[in-house]
Amino acid sequence: MIPSLPRPAWLRAATLAYLAVFLVFLFIPLAVVAVFAFNDAPYPAPPWRGFTLDWFIGNASGGRTGLFQDGELLGSIGTSCVVACWVTALSVLLGTSNAFLIERARFRGKQTLSILMLAPLVIPGVILGISILAFASRIAEFADDEFGLELDFLRPGLPLVVLGQFSYIATIATLTISARLRRFDRSLEEAALNLGASRAAVLRTILLPYLRPALLGSAAIAFLMSFEDFNTTLMLVGSDAPLTVMMYGRMREGASPVLNAVSLFLMIASGLLALTLIRGGRSRR
Amino acid sequence: MPGARPAFRPAFAETPVAARLSARLTLLLLLAPALLWLGALIVLPHIELAVLSFRERTGPQQYAASLAQYRTFFAEPLYWHVFVRTALLSVASTLLTLLIAFPIAWIIAKLARGRMSSALFIVCLIPFWVSETVRTLGWMILLRESGVLPSLLVKLGLTAVPVELLYHDATLLVGLVYTSMLFMIVPLVSSLESLDNALIEAAYDLGANGPAVLRTIVIPHAAPGITAGCIVVFMLTLGNYLTPTLLGGKNSQWFTEQIYTQFITRFNWEQGAAFGFLLLALSTAIVVAGLRLSGQQFGEVMRSA
Repeated sequence: MIPSLPRPAWLRAATLAYLAVFLVFLFIPLAVVAVFAFNDAPYPAPPWRGFTLDWFIGNASGGRTGLFQDGELLGSIGTSCVVACWVTALSVLLGTSNAFLIERARFRGKQTLSILMLAPLVIPGVILGISILAFASRIAEFADDEFGLELDFLRPGLPLVVLGQFSYIATIATLTISARLRRFDRSLEEAALNLGASRAAVLRTILLPYLRPALLGSAAIAFLMSFEDFNTTLMLVGSDAPLTVMMYGRMREGASPVLNAVSLFLMIASGLLALTLIRGGRSRR
Repeated sequence: MPGARPAFRPAFAETPVAARLSARLTLLLLLAPALLWLGALIVLPHIELAVLSFRERTGPQQYAASLAQYRTFFAEPLYWHVFVRTALLSVASTLLTLLIAFPIAWIIAKLARGRMSSALFIVCLIPFWVSETVRTLGWMILLRESGVLPSLLVKLGLTAVPVELLYHDATLLVGLVYTSMLFMIVPLVSSLESLDNALIEAAYDLGANGPAVLRTIVIPHAAPGITAGCIVVFMLTLGNYLTPTLLGGKNSQWFTEQIYTQFITRFNWEQGAAFGFLLLALSTAIVVAGLRLSGQQFGEVMRSA
């Protein structure tokens, strides 16, 4: 019930207890990941054997390869970053263009098109992955048979991973940016045009600065979603594994605290990103 | 709306004809990337997938149209058992998520006030900024035989030896519910926040008890949020791969694993495509049914989600 209505004491206590249990449920997996990154034992499991930084800085000499010495893991972080940068750039560009298309342009079939733009969000990621894989290799085969062209970028690998992630992250960027464009006061733009500004000048000096928070916000979300994507990536990945796929492979082989170490970094990075976004969102209002 | 009208208002210096031309051009420039994206990455790949699923290999490089892939699915009990199991567990997981998330959303939207409410909301969202891989790793460390929870149970004297808590259906449900929580809490909170407290007070003054208020006022009002949350959670659960394979192990028997096996391990794309289509059909059917039941538009729901 709501605060203005009488609530019996047991109900208040039960509510608080439920909330506490829920918060423990939310945070305990993250807490154990963080704690066992520092355990002085070859497996991320109890009992606690003392504090160590081996899983961060250890070189192979002690039998422990820490995160900063693990070329494979560091390489996969790099791969993830490169993929995420491409996906972010493509998604924000397309999202901006789509926002203008949906909010400003008038054409036949607009309703259908704007519904179709939402479709990638309700298609399971695995299916986005296999359909793009199948289609890309159909084109690659066609080019090979008809023209003798070897189109390597259409074979499983990073370019396909970028396209696969972009296919649905673009929808999210489109939704974010068009939501902001919808609230734009058109009279500002008309005033500028009346005063003799060119369309390009209006775009540069009025529209883009107004859209900036949405552009930055959708860029951050696109980067994070790309970095963390697993389903679509797994279907399209070639020999260079991004971080999620690499971690998945290692988790199936067995546990090593070096995974906890890399996870701790991911937590800190995404926590900082989240806080920046929330702060940014507050200061705008 | 007849024909393509000028998309943008003409600038004042331009003649009407030039203005219309430039508007056309702008429209084309904006339309091209959108069509390229949807055509090349969504529509055509799915047509390709459909074509693949309706053919059969009759010899080297020889294919014939057939329903063989779908026949195999129904003829082989393993396949459709896994399919039904995935669907049922996804439904169970969605309902469980709703049950757990609703009181939390209520606390955030109605009980906590001001700063406390927004702080609590943010705290509930923070874990979901972290990759699903990391969260699953956490559950594995907690639940595996040598993990935290089994050794705690031994210490408390509840079990004599550490028990394996991974690889059970219940574990799978815990993992799936955990992963989907965010997508339920957000739409629930936004739909509950818009509910006027005066309505609840009025009902209470008129003698309604808690369950009656919930049934006649709260749930009808929150229906859009509930639908949005359930649709998104169901879809994500159905299509999940990471949590079932890692927490369920070989026992998980999740349908996405079958798709992966056919497509990537066995290189039997025709069969994999058919499986993919069946999963897509199920997911679409549930989305459509959910919208029908609550009488909502797809666009509205996705925007509120």
